[in-house]
Amino acid sequence: MAKFIKSDKGGIPGISTASLPDIVFMILMFFMVSTSMRQTDRKVLVSMPAASEIAKLERKDLASYIYIGQPTMQYQSQYGTDSRIQLNDAFRTIDDIRDFIASERENLSEADRPFMTVSIKADKDTRMGIITDVKQELRRCSALKIMYGARKGGEVHK
Amino acid sequence: MADISFLMLIFFLMVTTMDKEEGLSRRLPPIPTEEQKVEDQKVNRRNIIQVKINSNDRLFAGNELMDVSQLKDKIKEFLTNPNDDPNLPEREMKPIEGFGEYPVSKGVISLQNDRGTTYSKYIEVQNELIRAVNEIRDEFSMINYGKKYAKLDEDRQEIVRKCIPQNISEAEPKDVKKR
Repeated sequence: MAKFIKSDKGGIPGISTASLPDIVFMILMFFMVSTSMRQTDRKVLVSMPAASEIAKLERKDLASYIYIGQPTMQYQSQYGTDSRIQLNDAFRTIDDIRDFIASERENLSEADRPFMTVSIKADKDTRMGIITDVKQELRRCSALKIMYGARKGGEVHK
Repeated sequence: MADISFLMLIFFLMVTTMDKEEGLSRRLPPIPTEEQKVEDQKVNRRNIIQVKINSNDRLFAGNELMDVSQLKDKIKEFLTNPNDDPNLPEREMKPIEGFGEYPVSKGVISLQNDRGTTYSKYIEVQNELIRAVNEIRDEFSMINYGKKYAKLDEDRQEIVRKCIPQNISEAEPKDVKKR
């Protein structure tokens, strides 16, 4: 520390705070750009399984989300604790997926449509039955590009 | 000025959900037409490995009960077929653009699950399958380009992908009986 308290004549001038607004602005801009406000209310509990070989979704704007899991506490009295599908912000059934995919596809530009990805975010305790049904329905709607939501990590088997 | 910016900064900090969009990317097979259904059955038996998960999350690969930790090596052996075992998939010399001829394995992994399988197990198994393929790709790139697959440029990755395809078929739903 001694080298910092070197008592030069005149002392060390205090750090100028003139650039502080600029820095704050910069960080502000970063957050404004990177923010993706959650448009939908989660009505199901989703705790995604872990995987080690995950890939990033390249185009977030082309993704549609299907949430599958147990309804949250406040909806359990109404919908029970069995796994349910959430599209946008309401509980739906398998039969609604067709309309959902059609409307999502409609929202994309012509050029982007083949790259539409359906991201399935399912809770790790979900049974595969419901997911298989969703997959079959997606195949029927020819939304073939899918992504199983997972988080990084998980034990690696040697 | 700085105060207002600070205020907004804090607002955005709170609102931001750094939800990283990550997961296992897969491509579903299109719904087969009538003619294709017949064709599918003609795939040689040695070229297919059945990976099944039953409702108790037990794993069978090639009709053998195994733990998930063993699966990766089994799949690697299946796809590379190092000793030219007649029971493992055949390899066909195929011209690869920009590389030359390479014996591409004809092996297909068929993944089947029961309706009662848990999602976490399914992802775990999918992860192992992808890991097996990724490791073979890494080994291939190491030998040929001296770099890992992820570090190669776009064109070379394409070549590697063609030499070692990721043939994981998520079979038509079928109930795997409890055993």
